[in-house]
Amino acid sequence: MSTVIAMQPKLEIVASAAPPEAPAPATATAPTLSAPVVPSATRSRLFDYGRAFLRFVIPPLLGLALFVGIWAIVAKTSPQLPGPAPTWDAAVTLFSDPFYSNGPNDQGIGWNILNSLERVGVGFGMAALIGIPLGFMIGRFKFLNDMTSPIISLLRPVSPLAWLPIGLLVFKAANPAAIWVIFISSIWPMIINTAVGVSRVPEDYMNVAKVLKLSEWKIFSKILFPAVLPYMLTGIRLSIGVAWLVIVAAEMLTGGVGIGFWVWDEWNNLKVEHIIIAIFVVGIVGLLLEQLLVTIAKRFSYE
Amino acid sequence: MEKYVQIENVNMVFDTKKGPFVALQNVNLNVTQGEFITLIGHSGCGKSTLLNLVAGLLKTDDGVLLCAGREIAGPGPDRGVVFQNHSLLPWLTCFENVHLAVERVFGAKEDKAKLKQRTLDALALVGLSHAEHKRPQEISGGMKQRVGIARALAMEPKVLLMDEPFGALDALTRAHLQDELMKIAVNTHSTVMMVTHDVDEAVLLSDRIVMLTNGPAATIGEILTVDLPRPRDRLALAEDPHYHHLRGQVLEFLYHRQLRPAA
Repeated sequence: MSTVIAMQPKLEIVASAAPPEAPAPATATAPTLSAPVVPSATRSRLFDYGRAFLRFVIPPLLGLALFVGIWAIVAKTSPQLPGPAPTWDAAVTLFSDPFYSNGPNDQGIGWNILNSLERVGVGFGMAALIGIPLGFMIGRFKFLNDMTSPIISLLRPVSPLAWLPIGLLVFKAANPAAIWVIFISSIWPMIINTAVGVSRVPEDYMNVAKVLKLSEWKIFSKILFPAVLPYMLTGIRLSIGVAWLVIVAAEMLTGGVGIGFWVWDEWNNLKVEHIIIAIFVVGIVGLLLEQLLVTIAKRFSYE
Repeated sequence: MEKYVQIENVNMVFDTKKGPFVALQNVNLNVTQGEFITLIGHSGCGKSTLLNLVAGLLKTDDGVLLCAGREIAGPGPDRGVVFQNHSLLPWLTCFENVHLAVERVFGAKEDKAKLKQRTLDALALVGLSHAEHKRPQEISGGMKQRVGIARALAMEPKVLLMDEPFGALDALTRAHLQDELMKIAVNTHSTVMMVTHDVDEAVLLSDRIVMLTNGPAATIGEILTVDLPRPRDRLALAEDPHYHHLRGQVLEFLYHRQLRPAA
């Protein structure tokens, strides 16, 4: 349950850091420019809208400005660290040609991101395919729960990268080993959240199932699945977060094309601007993945 | 009289951390077909436990529980349950909630059109035809409870078991649903066992009122036959001396003989 609660503050940060979500005030203020005669009631409402909009936009902008300011000051005092302006220039050049390819060790940032996303997709997808059904069964059958809980408790806290040597040993290749690390580190939140969700299905619903003597399939499709869906989506969201966290570290070790390897490569080239850009890219992609899943979760909530 | 639901020498003991807790001791009750029985008693006296035993949601090894001559081995659709908090599935519409029950009971022998008709009939019976496409959170508490009743009745159960079905409703809605339930019970010839803590509700609805003694080790203290003629009208009964006499007898049992000192 602690995992479920832990998601809440994160959500709020995401919501407040996304100013484009408030298009209403912008369209409402537009007519004022073309039509100078506005009834006073409308004017004050527009004024309220404007105030609300500013209150919505100013704090995140202020935070961002403060961050860039501190970054600039720190960069001034330590000459190795590039400041905001050089980093911005480097980013403009970098993103002007994201999909070039000069052999396996020199590819555009776009290719690196896509390769990382593919690894995350495959590893996370397999984890979902196994973890979610497993979570349902563990939640539904106490015997299975008692059987698996010691293994899960033992393996869950293991650092993701500790699994990498096992992957390299078994698969004898870097790429499957990286996918394996994603798989094994992102499967736990999905198993645990799904199982918790199943065990928290209200007793009343299960009593309905008992009185009606519903088949196991009907219980699953009409009661368990809809009741567990919100928990499951939380698990998926946590999992994809973990997967995206781990991919950078895994790729640093395995090499190949990918954002993690790219960071390491740029460190070897001493292009610190690119490392900072990579940090932002990783952050933004992670944010987008999270937002995507929040949107999906909202669509499927029944309340 | 035919014994439709038979409860003989039933004891119910729960295992708790402090050791065994005797909830019910030596309960004997026979319910005839078409009879409306209410179970009344102070909270914690085991009236819901008794109902859940008949529903099959609880089990005891001690005593005999029969429904229509067959032993009650577990829950089943022959005993429709109306839960206190309606227990509708929030992701299904009213129609789908009722249809789930109809499909389970009649799905093997009847075609889809017939199943749909049964569902619509059940909703019409409780006066909710207009709300069939609404979800539970879009309708009022009284309407939800009516859907719960429709779901239970649509299964054409041998016995309708109701666990304080109107306990969570306001007084006006409760009165309205009581009147409807009386009509439905007459029209469908239902056998009903209902748990309540409302004396007026018990006298108004019942053929017999089963009064339980205080727990632990609760048992049936007295059974009061309510010989008021049907159909009953709550306004007329308000002036009826016999109604007040019966009501007084229940109150006397609850507050004189079974008053819980700590309550």
